[in-house]
Amino acid sequence: MTARAVEGWTLEPLTAFVQEAGARLVLLMTPAGQVLAQSGFTRAVDVMSAAALGAAIFASTTEIARQLGEPPFAGLAHQGERHGIFLAAVSTERGPVVALAVYDLEVTSLGLVQLFFEQLATDLKSASPKGGEAKQVLAADFERELSDSLNTLFGR
Amino acid sequence: MTASVYESALSRITGVRGVRGAMMVSLSDGLVVAEQLMEGIKGAAVAALAASLANRLGRAMEGGGVGRGVFWHLQAERGALLAVPARAGLLVVAVAEPGVNAGLVRLELLRAAESVS
Repeated sequence: MTARAVEGWTLEPLTAFVQEAGARLVLLMTPAGQVLAQSGFTRAVDVMSAAALGAAIFASTTEIARQLGEPPFAGLAHQGERHGIFLAAVSTERGPVVALAVYDLEVTSLGLVQLFFEQLATDLKSASPKGGEAKQVLAADFERELSDSLNTLFGR
Repeated sequence: MTASVYESALSRITGVRGVRGAMMVSLSDGLVVAEQLMEGIKGAAVAALAASLANRLGRAMEGGGVGRGVFWHLQAERGALLAVPARAGLLVVAVAEPGVNAGLVRLELLRAAESVS
């Protein structure tokens, strides 16, 4: 399975996580939905959809937590008949990174994904370059940034 | 099924000399249902990995035509992992010292599995 990264420092932790946890699809992104790295996706349109939906879910649950007077939830899991979804965030030197993992229940389990997510969080923290958060994409640059990211992620 | 049923089942296992911890694990997702562990044992890690192992061993045993697994004993240099699948989709797991009386632990694991079925 090929992993590709827009931000190079995320690649090694992502690759290790995919191998250890047995996740089918993984997306690393900012809470705003900017994609940092992906593994397992074959079409750009799927990455765009997953990033948008993942960011929306993350924003919704963060707001629910805020209204409950809680810090943001540590993780979110959905289990279907054949696949499960795990969404969680980690703080890095470059700002928060949201991880979205889709896993096949025949291959791995929520327990394993959660277990190796802890390692991913540690690896991302130590790999993230010092020196401030990643720049936020402005609306005016959004399409170009998105296009550049997708070109990088799919090797165009 | 109440939490006290799990607790009393686990207490009997951890009452065996040399057992450092016991837990009920959900086989399908590898999450801890109940645990009684000594300090230093990473319950979530044991649960996830033991369930994964049990699922794979189960498939191998079925593939080999020997039927469902009823007891696993993994001996390591500094300890042992013993597990018994229960009917309710649970795995009863014990983490023990190397010299533990495996027969006695097996008996308590089977009793615990029976009590939660």
